[in-house]
Amino acid sequence: MNHLTVGAALMAILGAMPALADDAQVIIAIKDHHFVPETVEIPAGTKVKLIVRNQDRTTSEFESVDFHREKVVQPGGEITVFVGPLAPGSYEFFDDFHPGTRGHLVVK
Amino acid sequence: MLATLIIVFREVLEAALIVGIVLAASRGVPRRHLWIAGGIASGVLGAVLVAGFAGEIAAAVEGIGQELFNASILFAAVCMLGWHNIWMSRHGRELAANAMRVGREVLAGARPLYALALVAGIAVLREGSEVVLFLYSVAAAGGSSALGMVAGGALGLAAGVGAGAGIYLGLLAIPMRHLFSVTGWLILFIAAGMASQGAAFLLQADILPALGNNIWDTSSLLSERSLPGQLLHVLLGYTAQPAGIQLVFYLATLIVIFSLMRLLGHAPPARRGQDRAARYGTS
Repeated sequence: MNHLTVGAALMAILGAMPALADDAQVIIAIKDHHFVPETVEIPAGTKVKLIVRNQDRTTSEFESVDFHREKVVQPGGEITVFVGPLAPGSYEFFDDFHPGTRGHLVVK
Repeated sequence: MLATLIIVFREVLEAALIVGIVLAASRGVPRRHLWIAGGIASGVLGAVLVAGFAGEIAAAVEGIGQELFNASILFAAVCMLGWHNIWMSRHGRELAANAMRVGREVLAGARPLYALALVAGIAVLREGSEVVLFLYSVAAAGGSSALGMVAGGALGLAAGVGAGAGIYLGLLAIPMRHLFSVTGWLILFIAAGMASQGAAFLLQADILPALGNNIWDTSSLLSERSLPGQLLHVLLGYTAQPAGIQLVFYLATLIVIFSLMRLLGHAPPARRGQDRAARYGTS
């Protein structure tokens, strides 16, 4: 009986999990040393999964001081970073290997 | 060329500062140059390997290989720095106080130089692999001239090494009896900063909770990308917009290493006496 209740509770938790783990997902491409799109809007107070796809022939390092992320992206490769939950505002990200390549994460 | 110079300089700076401090912290130890040079050489070799397998590392463990790798080597460095400090707090005073040159040399020789060599190697490995990836990427793109790239890379490297030499010489100016307490404090804060960086990687990989993003924001006061900001980042672990979990790791590392230094720091005099008695007894 006890096992059943525990089982039921577990099922309930697992059932609720997808809703929690179902993070919003945003895809950013790096193309000709530009982020596409250059401005990404995400909701405030939510964890978001950022997927960065490098379509150039050069290695990039996706980095942000504002939301504290850094990850090397191979040519033709893609990376995933989790961001947030963040307070509303504009957060810059850039390609550490190509100083001119910048974009903004706008949290609303 | 200037862009290459700046990027290479920024990467090299961090490793060079740590190597400079490690060299100063091992002052007076026989064969320390060999150890540290060995650490740097393995770091360079490792950097090339890591850069070569960057794709494989990134794809490992469902795409969080890069974070796990960075966090692991950072935490390894934290342990080595902590171990060095604990050892020094136990023996440093004897080291300075030992009047007999022979005794001092034996003790100095027993210092865990491998810990410092490993820290130097890890610093070079981490930053070096990014330099290799970056330069390789510039070369592969073939955009800028090869000469400009080589010149920029070499100048950036030289400037970074110059900064490392600067901090080393600055530390050497400190009288020997104070030097190890200065390097000890520096190493304690460097370790805490590295732990906080390691936590940031695990947070990025979604392994650790953030416990609040951007607890404070001092980026308008002192940007982490500025030279002073980067110096403070290396030396004290300065972060302009830290996550809560980074603060937890930073403080926990400070407290744990500091308490162990205090707890294990001074060999109890009674036992020492017994040891001596025992030694005299058997000889």
